[in-house]
Amino acid sequence: MSTFRAIVFASVISGFVVGLIVTVVQQFGTVPLILKAEVFEKAAQTHQHDAPVAAQPAAGHDHADHDPAAAHDHGDHDHGAADHDHGAGAWEPRDGLERNAYTAAANVLTAIGFALLLAGFFAVRSGATGAGVSWHEGLLWGLAGFAVFTLAPGLGLPPELPGVPAAPLLSRQIWWLAAVLATSGGLALIAFRRTVPAAISGVILLTLPHLIGAPELANIETNVPSSLTHQFVTAVTVTSLVFWTLLGGLTSAVFARFDRGATL
Amino acid sequence: MSQSQLANAQITLPVAAGQVGRLSQAVMAMVLGIFVVGMVGFSHIDVVHNAAHDVRHSNAFPCH
Repeated sequence: MSTFRAIVFASVISGFVVGLIVTVVQQFGTVPLILKAEVFEKAAQTHQHDAPVAAQPAAGHDHADHDPAAAHDHGDHDHGAADHDHGAGAWEPRDGLERNAYTAAANVLTAIGFALLLAGFFAVRSGATGAGVSWHEGLLWGLAGFAVFTLAPGLGLPPELPGVPAAPLLSRQIWWLAAVLATSGGLALIAFRRTVPAAISGVILLTLPHLIGAPELANIETNVPSSLTHQFVTAVTVTSLVFWTLLGGLTSAVFARFDRGATL
Repeated sequence: MSQSQLANAQITLPVAAGQVGRLSQAVMAMVLGIFVVGMVGFSHIDVVHNAAHDVRHSNAFPCH
């Protein structure tokens, strides 16, 4: 099997598995917080536009006296599809099963993409050393991915909930990318060039994006409570840790299996 | 790392022809991976944004 095929097969398999597992983890961790924040986001929007109050479902009225908690819960979920509007009428998945199906698909694709990146490194590494990358070494690569793609950009741009205003999107995306490049470069210098000058430049590279600073707004006004934001930062970071350790360990194990027949 | 592995690593440092093939295939796969992640996480197309909305927030990719 060619190296490219081994990388792609390993990435698709492990990306599929990890993407689905993380989708389940997100349903308990991040997604409930996103849905809560969207209630505030929508409340702010209707307030701004002075739009008529959304019609309550008839069932909500009928049962309100008997079971207020249930009616309330129901309301939170149902408001979603109709009011949620980011892209001026562009298509978006309906709340519930459809939305979660697209979330699962996007998670699987993201995991496959990152797995391709990891397995590419595994191929280069095992080609250079002549020995396969063990699941344990793969897990360490996964931790590096967590540091590069979550921890470092998250220091400057903490995970955001919907409804929290932020600096212009493109400027944040550019800073995010710069933080990822600087952090991966810095870690590589420290890990693979074991000299003092390399270590010093590595640390400088790691700190550089944060010395420059991420783009941010001068003042942020939002109805989303800060406790919700704090919970979200924790949920995103922990979910991402699970994602990266699983992806690193699994991709390396599956890649080693496919790569056994490949020419070194 | 064992003694034989060390010797092996030193011998293979001047990149052999077979390894150039391996390196370029690995780079090709990595470029593909970056493209996939970039599309799902960073595309400005509204439809892509809306489909991947919760994933972008959950991965702390810059969103909105």
